Amino acid sequence: MDFNTLIAQFVSGLSVAMLLFLVASGLTLIFGVVNVLNFAHGSFYLLGTYFTYQLMQVFNNFWVGLLVGVIGAGIVGMVIEVLFLRRIYGRDQEGAFQLLMTYAFILIIDDVVKFIWGPEYKTIPKPDALMGSLNLGTTIVPTYNIFIIVVGMLVVLFAWYFLTKTDKGKMVRASSLDRNMLGLLGTNVPMIMTLVFGVATAMGGLAGVLAAPLRTVTPGAGIEIIIDSMIVVVIGGFGNFWGALLGALIIGEVLSFGILWMPEMATVLTFIVMIIVLIVKPEGLLSKKMVGRK
Amino acid sequence: MKKLKDYLPWVCYFVFFLGILIVDPGTHYIHLVARVIIFSLYAVAFNLLYGTTGLVSFGHALFYGIGAYITGMLVKATGPEFFLLFIVLGAAGAALVSVFIGLLTLRLTGIYFTMLTLAFAQLAWGLTFKLYHFTGGDDGIQAIAKPAMLAGSVTKYYLFCFIVVTICMYILWRIRRSPFGSVLNCIRQNPQRITFLGLNVYKNQLKAFVISAFFTGVAGGLYAGLDGSIHPDMLHWPTSGNAILMATIGGMGTFFGPVVGAGILTGLETIVGKYTEYWSFSIGVVVLIVVLLFPRGVLGIKRLAGNKN
Repeated sequence: MDFNTLIAQFVSGLSVAMLLFLVASGLTLIFGVVNVLNFAHGSFYLLGTYFTYQLMQVFNNFWVGLLVGVIGAGIVGMVIEVLFLRRIYGRDQEGAFQLLMTYAFILIIDDVVKFIWGPEYKTIPKPDALMGSLNLGTTIVPTYNIFIIVVGMLVVLFAWYFLTKTDKGKMVRASSLDRNMLGLLGTNVPMIMTLVFGVATAMGGLAGVLAAPLRTVTPGAGIEIIIDSMIVVVIGGFGNFWGALLGALIIGEVLSFGILWMPEMATVLTFIVMIIVLIVKPEGLLSKKMVGRK
Repeated sequence: MKKLKDYLPWVCYFVFFLGILIVDPGTHYIHLVARVIIFSLYAVAFNLLYGTTGLVSFGHALFYGIGAYITGMLVKATGPEFFLLFIVLGAAGAALVSVFIGLLTLRLTGIYFTMLTLAFAQLAWGLTFKLYHFTGGDDGIQAIAKPAMLAGSVTKYYLFCFIVVTICMYILWRIRRSPFGSVLNCIRQNPQRITFLGLNVYKNQLKAFVISAFFTGVAGGLYAGLDGSIHPDMLHWPTSGNAILMATIGGMGTFFGPVVGAGILTGLETIVGKYTEYWSFSIGVVVLIVVLLFPRGVLGIKRLAGNKN
């Protein structure tokens, strides 16, 4: 195995990691702020992809499609939060009901997608501007992969700026710490929760659109991504934004190098990583809170 | 009179599952009801953990799959004469694995427990593909023979399932009503108090976990004989999800709720599936309705009404 292959594989792992991060950070943001484990998050990834596909059938422009995919996924997310999830907040054994309700949405959204667009494979071509490949010294890397990495890093930077430097960001962080106190101080907490849900599902949609030219578009894609994203969130720590980034990098590279060395074992490897983390440090790599028994 | 009321669900259980033999609606429906009764055992065994002890396992497909695979592989290796024994061995295998997994997963609580059980089940699912010479990979195991006594008509095998499931259900029912069952109930409601009473939460949860895994394994073994074919999807997470769905739709707070849930889920899948391929949409809608309007499940409605008086 020569050095160039390693670099190429590493870059490809980075682009996988960025896609995972976009989904997982939304998942973890929803968990931290809204306190919901959104099992249906992959379905918004799916919706983003199909909205874009539909738009491209009409306008044949990737960028318009991307915009519509992202916004569309976010809007559907907010509608579901307001109409359904809001009704079960604070209920006894809320966790189990959240799991069930979001699971119900996986079944419903997947079937609706299948009904509207059919079960067969669809393709979304890469935009012309990102077709070729870049020459990094001795290694050649597809431009589109670099594009995904750049977009991922922009989202990280923006999120960091928003969450730590702006007042709105402080409110979001405050609502994950103490929802009641924030409400008492006169903030419209339900509104923040809905908006966070919308932004997070839009990020899921963005990941779906970005991934579409690399992977085939099928109604099962949402379920594939959600399992990997859950692993990412568990590894990094639930509700921990930076944990999601670290977890995504680990899983992205494990998948990428796993395929190189043990092609059949790549998916199994991610579960092994998750099991090791949960047994050694159950609260996740970057979280401090103790979750196990004392 | 209270005693009599307690046995009413049992009467319904016998009337339905034996009545179907008298009505005899044809092999297709007997086959369907055989699936319902196997899933019933799966869901009731799962509910010992979920509804009673309050542990949301998302990895019960593992024990279901182990039961099925051990039974299937033993039949393939030695012939079907000792089919019942193989089912018991399959369940014992599931229980053995569950001791190991329970020891690790029960150290965690809440969603972390759920995710770790999912991880183990998914790991096993992945491994069944890789261990091709052992498990048959994605082909699964086909043509699992039944002993001469049960071969031929599906009714014979259904009756066999009915007897095995009923015995298991009775044991589970007794467990739930035993002092140990009360301890499990209390662990869900107030684990701290269990500690105050000088009992060990972890040990009792582990016991519940292993018992649940054992009977889940029995259900898996029975399923291996039903169609004579098993496949890795039995270990995939939707199978684990189905257990949660069946228990919740039927009512996780009741013993027989999961049986009703198994009937609803299997019925929807088969009946709606006959008209359209979009049957999972209908299950999604039912789950939504249950979660929003009847959080205690179908059998829980009556109890809710009773509590108000």
